[in-house]
Amino acid sequence: MERIPILRIGDILLVSIQVDLQDHIALALEEDLAQRIVDTGATGVLIDISALEIVDSFIGRMISTIASVSAVLDATTVVVGMRPAVAITLVELGLSLDGVSTALDVDRGLALLGGLRPVRGLEDVEEPDVAVVDPGS
Amino acid sequence: MSTSPAVLTQETHAITSDADVVRVRQSVRNLAVSAKLSLVDQTKLVTAASELARNTLVYGGGGQATVEVVTAGARRGVRAAFSDEGPGIPDVALALTDGWTSGTGLGLGLSGARRLVDEFELSTDPGAGTVVRVVKWTR
Repeated sequence: MERIPILRIGDILLVSIQVDLQDHIALALEEDLAQRIVDTGATGVLIDISALEIVDSFIGRMISTIASVSAVLDATTVVVGMRPAVAITLVELGLSLDGVSTALDVDRGLALLGGLRPVRGLEDVEEPDVAVVDPGS
Repeated sequence: MSTSPAVLTQETHAITSDADVVRVRQSVRNLAVSAKLSLVDQTKLVTAASELARNTLVYGGGGQATVEVVTAGARRGVRAAFSDEGPGIPDVALALTDGWTSGTGLGLGLSGARRLVDEFELSTDPGAGTVVRVVKWTR
């Protein structure tokens, strides 16, 4: 059966949904994520839905369930990358995604979870490059 | 409806599995693009179609979807009809209430879908099945 891959980055599990979600794949993801949280001790779950063209009530419920189950397992869920048209439709549909944190993109989502520092651009001059590189590391 | 709109394109899909629900979504999306619905309107219509196709599968025991590009005067639109030969809906008013569900869902499928489209028509016959017809027009 087709499954959504779950990547681990430090204390965070990253899920990027790149397929048009069939209901049974969404259900499998709920179970897989819960298991991975327990197996890895992850404290954050980042779900990237930037490729999703729609979020209907079933997918919305999947997202809420993942957030609730993660919370019980001591992990925080952040959903990132929702398209504007999807956001408008969700609200009109009547879905509120209770208990789900959202961020505009993966970078901000990671910052919200605090597990990784967001990738900075060149404007980050406060920390100069380390001049001495330990060749042994 | 006074005059029935002319049909420009028509596609019919059987709905017997999860994968068919995805196929119906894609078909509605393609026709919505060809009818030049705005991105938000495409998204609303595809979302409504997803809810209705799932209802056909889960509550109707399967059925079919007919998706059409239609035109009425200067307006173009996409019409989608979902039909099943399932048990029907005994209390339509109740089924259209937000939050009411006969199954395990959120109870937003039917009522939510109605809010997302311009026209919504439901006919049901207890014991004989249900047909839901929706239309989204270009602005």
